[in-house]
Amino acid sequence: MRIVGTLQTRMRGGSWSFGSLYEVMAKANAPKSGDRLAGICAQSAQERIAARLVLSEIPVSRFLEEPAIPADRDEVTRTIQSGIEPFAWAEVRGWRVGELRERILSADGSTLLRWGRGLPSEAIAAVAKLMSNLDLVSAAAKIPVEVRCRTRLGGAGILSSRLQPNHPTDDPAGILASVREGLSYACGDAVVGINPAEDSAEAVRRTADGVSEYVHDALGVPTQVCVLAHATTQMEVLRKGGRLDLVFQSLAGTEDACRSFGISGQLLSEARACQKELRPELDQVMYFETGQGSELSAGAHHGIDQLTLESRCYGLARAHDPFLVNTVVGFIGPEYLADGREVARAGLEDHFMGKLHGLPMGADVCYTNHADMDQNDLESLAVLLAAAGCTFFMGVPLGDDVMLNYQTTSFHDLATLRETLGRRTAPEFEAWMERKGILRDGRLTEAAGDPTAFPAPRGRSS
Amino acid sequence: MNAFVRETVREPRDLTRARIQVGRAGTRPTTAELLRFQEDHACARDAVSTDVATDLPARLGCALESRTLARDRTEYLRDPGTGRRLREGEAARLLAAIPPDPQVLVAVGDGLSAAAVEAQVPVLLPALLDRLRREGFESIAGPVFVHLARVGMLDALGEVLRPEVGILLVGERPGLATALSLSAYLGFRPGPGRTDADRNVVSNIHEGGTQPLQAAAMVARWAASMRRQATSGVGFRPEAG
Repeated sequence: MRIVGTLQTRMRGGSWSFGSLYEVMAKANAPKSGDRLAGICAQSAQERIAARLVLSEIPVSRFLEEPAIPADRDEVTRTIQSGIEPFAWAEVRGWRVGELRERILSADGSTLLRWGRGLPSEAIAAVAKLMSNLDLVSAAAKIPVEVRCRTRLGGAGILSSRLQPNHPTDDPAGILASVREGLSYACGDAVVGINPAEDSAEAVRRTADGVSEYVHDALGVPTQVCVLAHATTQMEVLRKGGRLDLVFQSLAGTEDACRSFGISGQLLSEARACQKELRPELDQVMYFETGQGSELSAGAHHGIDQLTLESRCYGLARAHDPFLVNTVVGFIGPEYLADGREVARAGLEDHFMGKLHGLPMGADVCYTNHADMDQNDLESLAVLLAAAGCTFFMGVPLGDDVMLNYQTTSFHDLATLRETLGRRTAPEFEAWMERKGILRDGRLTEAAGDPTAFPAPRGRSS
Repeated sequence: MNAFVRETVREPRDLTRARIQVGRAGTRPTTAELLRFQEDHACARDAVSTDVATDLPARLGCALESRTLARDRTEYLRDPGTGRRLREGEAARLLAAIPPDPQVLVAVGDGLSAAAVEAQVPVLLPALLDRLRREGFESIAGPVFVHLARVGMLDALGEVLRPEVGILLVGERPGLATALSLSAYLGFRPGPGRTDADRNVVSNIHEGGTQPLQAAAMVARWAASMRRQATSGVGFRPEAG
């Protein structure tokens, strides 16, 4: 029997009580090395389930009254709270978290989008903690999120990709060699997005203009171009006339962690306004990356578990109406997500939470070589996320990023996932690829995989 | 395939180390590429999970072998903080073996790649000690070997031995391209409260990057410059050699 309204429960193995709502939240989490490192995880398997029993009885309304960090001390909290839509809030506020889970699993996608607009990020984190992996897959798969920048993205049956042609010295010819290769596998419908080795306006502009000249001017690919420098650097590039379709920024779930990233809500608003003014024809112009553990890594987690803080990233993201959001699950290292099992759980949680926030949620399914994970773990999670309707994955030559030194999904993986699960690339991109003879009925043709199908970039080699 | 096609096909692979122009089997990689990838990953994994050979510290002429709070490699990977602090009793052992307040302290840590330490340090270290003497360092402490050490170990050693300049050679996190890359971290008056911003690094020391002998000369020159400038990190300006 559970005593409603207090943080206690009785189970077969004895009775349990908890000191605070966020102790319950942390202990209810699936095991993650980051929560162990922070010293906030459940001390036993039974304590973890006791925390979930308690959590299942908490009313949704409590998460607005009791955010992870008080509103007067944290800008992210204020952003989340001001983003709650009153009509949707009125619908969801009276439910308990356990009931919310069942309603989510029973409702259709448009209902979930509506409820999501009324849910504080902490409540979305809470319900994710009560959901099994297949719960997370099936709920997320129902939520349709569609966005438009230069091209349309998202929607049922579409699996897109970010072509990620990184090069250790930003060599333009080296980057374009990978772009050409990726296009020959029909990758890049979400964005051609480069992580620059050098975060200066000159270097970023050289890459942005060079890739735009090839992708937009020479080939006319229906996609967007982005260089993932700091937002302040990208604004400088835009103001000087550099060619970027999206403004990228990494986000964190607390004001202090955002400050350690050199960002604030105001900066994100400025970045968006800057691009919207230059390119009024585009609907969504922002691209965000997140990932569990970054707040702890910055020493700015306030004793809150990494899943709850990740959800708060999505609350921050939705205030800035992004075209793309993805979790970089597995990049941060084994001290936050120890192995393939923890990375898989985190990837499914992040994707579900992002979608319930109404975001065009993708995933960088990845790992570093000091984590207990391999290519098979990566491929398994990619199948699960594709089944969950993940908006996009990364596309890197054979999954080996030679600039960031980690492994992610490959051009081959994208084509395999599309063909195995019956997914298509975004419609405008697919039509273009059909004209170029790379795709037929959504599948690779004989000509695919050969970059000479596209003209060589003009000699811009350094 | 004719010469023209071969030329246009071959060229892009010279532009990047990325795995392009690899062909496909259906939508999957070819067997050769699949196994090449697995070989590279296996090298990286073994580099992370293996300890240095037990006789390596002696072969390197290390004055002392020390240990961090990390009890084993699993703990070391999951709780990086344990690799930045000395185990209880180690400070006294260090002080018993090494006179404090040297001009420079040289330490070696396995870091995330024992294979990198095995490959680069036997060449780099004797050259570094020689170069340091030629740069005018008279009291050189060490070399000390620290098992399961992170970069922050430089500050833990600095707190105990109080060198003017501290140098830590440490294995880098392996990539698929190489598992044998080493870094040399340098700090002026390393100790508690120092951060990454207070250190300088010569990274990418391996056959395909900075050569170990070249790195030894650069590290010794930087150490001498740090001592003259009495600073390291973001305010440090390396002087031409």
